[in-house]
Amino acid sequence: MISADVLHAAGEASPLVPNPWEILATGLGFIVLMIVVVKFIVPAFEKTYQQRVEAIEGGLNKAEEAQAEAEAMKARYEQSLADAHAEASRLREEARAEGAQIVAEHKEKAAAEAARITEQAQQQIAAERQQAFASLRQDVGTLATQLAGRIVGEALDDDSRSQRVVDRFLADLDAEQTDQSRTEAAQ
Amino acid sequence: MHSLALAAADNEGGFTPPTLEETHLPEILPWMAEWGTGFGKQMLMIVLSIVLIWWFFSAAIRKRALVPSRLQWLAESGYGFVRNTMGRDVIGEKHFMTWVPLLFGIFFFILVNNLFGAIPLLQLPSFSHVGAAYAMAGIVWILWVGVGFQKYGLRYVKLVAVPSGVPKPLLILLVPLEILSNFIIRPVTHSLRLMAVMLAGHVIVMLVGSGAEFLITQQESLAMNATGVLVLLGFIPMYFLELAMMILQAFVFTLLTAVYLQGALEAEAH
Repeated sequence: MISADVLHAAGEASPLVPNPWEILATGLGFIVLMIVVVKFIVPAFEKTYQQRVEAIEGGLNKAEEAQAEAEAMKARYEQSLADAHAEASRLREEARAEGAQIVAEHKEKAAAEAARITEQAQQQIAAERQQAFASLRQDVGTLATQLAGRIVGEALDDDSRSQRVVDRFLADLDAEQTDQSRTEAAQ
Repeated sequence: MHSLALAAADNEGGFTPPTLEETHLPEILPWMAEWGTGFGKQMLMIVLSIVLIWWFFSAAIRKRALVPSRLQWLAESGYGFVRNTMGRDVIGEKHFMTWVPLLFGIFFFILVNNLFGAIPLLQLPSFSHVGAAYAMAGIVWILWVGVGFQKYGLRYVKLVAVPSGVPKPLLILLVPLEILSNFIIRPVTHSLRLMAVMLAGHVIVMLVGSGAEFLITQQESLAMNATGVLVLLGFIPMYFLELAMMILQAFVFTLLTAVYLQGALEAEAH
């Protein structure tokens, strides 16, 4: 326990009356502290703070740049992908059109060929028929004349006369035949 | 808590509680040496606080790491608190950097010295001695008055003493009041606020210490001894309250310093 003697040794000083040496000690101490603070502590803290601000801002800028670059790259990639898609579908479309054209051309060509062949055949047939008709006509005339000559037994050597007879006969035959085919057509 | 101790002591009648003057005794422990007017424990603690602050902040910021260690982070938080909360927010963007070192010095000087009161064996808040509080308030007073005169010349007295927008007859009353309140009462309250709170905390420590000792060692009755233990238990919440007061008073003193400086720097706007 603090004894009364020790307590009273301090005298009856009011707590508001200072010890001048304490004022001096505290004041001097504070001034020393301020010199240290102003010279070393505050500059060190401010410098660190400044460096940190710069570092963080630099880092942020770098990150932003990288992000922008990545985005640009992505846009480019997407663009080229879309281009490729468009190109592919265009090619497909073209190929389809070309194919259709080729098919159509071939069809046309085949049809023309077929027509040509048919026509040629018909022409050939007609020509042959004409030829057959002519030769038949010749033969029939000769045969009929010979036959008539034999039947009549008389010399019908007068060629021009016999020819006239044959021609008339054939003309009659022709006319008859034409009449017959016309009535058939009318029916 | 201490009222309990007092009541017990009064009932006993054998206990002399320490008075205010007695608790103001600067030297409780015998290791203090008297040189001339006395190099007391208080002065030793002032020196100790300077060494501590110097060492702590220098060590913490030594590496200047951009990604701070725990110690550096702690120191930077403390520095940033003074710089931004009391410097920039009070004094304003324009002038505050000039005054950050002062505010920083004042805050940690007072804080560390106050916290000495919560550390066993040291257990003396340096600013419970009024001389220390006068010294600090005096330095601050000289600075803000000096700033005012440097910036505005003699016109500063008018700016401080004559409130704008007041009817002329009232000025007869107001001018002496303003001069008294700004130039004389302000530094007094500035210092006494700090000293009184620290002294009160110190008185409680003294009272609990002596009271509990008296109850436990000087009393025969077991009930009285138990009461002494109760006093010590009751002191625990008081201790934490006192801890809060120590931090708060350092904050208040520094904040007021910033406010006074701001008032002097921007005297025309007031």
